[in-house]
Amino acid sequence: MEFKESKPIYMQIVDRICNEILAGTYDEGGRIPSVREYAAIVEVNANTVVRSFDFLQSADIIFNRRGIGYFVSDGAKQQIMAMRRNVFMNEQLPDFFNEIDVLGITIDEVADLYRKRGNDN
Amino acid sequence: MVTISNLQFSYGSHEVFSNLNLTFDEGKIYGLLGLNGAGKSTLLYLMSGLLFAKNGTVEFNGHNMSRRSPDALANLFIVPEEFDLPAMTFERYVLLNAPFYPNFSRETLDRCLAGFGMTADMNLARLSMGQKKKAFVCFALATNTSLLLMDEPTNGLDIPSKSQFRKVVAECMTDNRTIIISTHQVRDVENLIDNVTIMGSRQLLFDMPVAQICDHLTFVDCKLGQEPEGAIYSQPSALGSAVVCGRKAGDDETTLDIELLFNAVLANAESVNQAFAAK
Repeated sequence: MEFKESKPIYMQIVDRICNEILAGTYDEGGRIPSVREYAAIVEVNANTVVRSFDFLQSADIIFNRRGIGYFVSDGAKQQIMAMRRNVFMNEQLPDFFNEIDVLGITIDEVADLYRKRGNDN
Repeated sequence: MVTISNLQFSYGSHEVFSNLNLTFDEGKIYGLLGLNGAGKSTLLYLMSGLLFAKNGTVEFNGHNMSRRSPDALANLFIVPEEFDLPAMTFERYVLLNAPFYPNFSRETLDRCLAGFGMTADMNLARLSMGQKKKAFVCFALATNTSLLLMDEPTNGLDIPSKSQFRKVVAECMTDNRTIIISTHQVRDVENLIDNVTIMGSRQLLFDMPVAQICDHLTFVDCKLGQEPEGAIYSQPSALGSAVVCGRKAGDDETTLDIELLFNAVLANAESVNQAFAAK
């Protein structure tokens, strides 16, 4: 599989914050660090974090209370899962299909392996 | 914040800048890059009133820097690449030097020092080069001047300190400040800067905000034989080729690779700059 290794930094930070929300580091309704605090945590320019926060805000994962800071939206976890499912279905899965075609692997072989994996667990 | 106009500067018969025009805005962190001898340090010294231009001016908040007015000097700080600190405790150094900077913050100083695991009671005569640099960078950030110039600030810093350097700079940056970092260690500041400025011999080769660079260029690592057509610059990589291309509609944004951009600009500044005019 071809990895999208050159993902922009601001999107990598979006992923990081989403992972933290899923892991419960920041609870729904709870406050997340400020732009400057987060910039210091991940050692990047504050404007990059502004872009990450803008993205998360437009995806309804966080919201801004003017003068107070950014908070995790209610239903953020569900929203993140929906967003990731979408990316997987529309981007990673087509790449995966291309790769198995190129390598001459059939979907049945893959399905077999998937079921065996299920048995092992 | 800083406006450089028609600047001409020479060391004897060696001309460093023939006619340099350049501005630095408020609220931005600039990465100043260039080959050895391109004049990066010279430019920082001209901006801080330590050198004088043959022709042209360097203006900082309306002050002509060659006049070295105390008001201007109280509002800028330079961390040179090499410097000596007097044989005294850091505490005493702060006591003697902080009064020159009206916005000096002891709180910032202590926070920065703590970040590097240092305390103000250290004796400056007993520090290694890296430790000296860290102490001086902490002092520089604590002066809270609107203009902060740093020449190779990460040279001599150990690996955790480089990371700590990025943290304290990100923390201390404000909308009213301008930070200019001259460096060859581009990886150390890659994600920290807002603008890439590249000096060539006697002239400016490239000056662009990072957001615009990512808008107009893509940086991709391609398998051998899969290099895209119309690439602006390409160099061998482990996978095949590292390539700089113009970003076309529908192309995903990629992460800025400053090392690659630098090589592309040095190889052919004109074609890199054209990518910004085209769109």
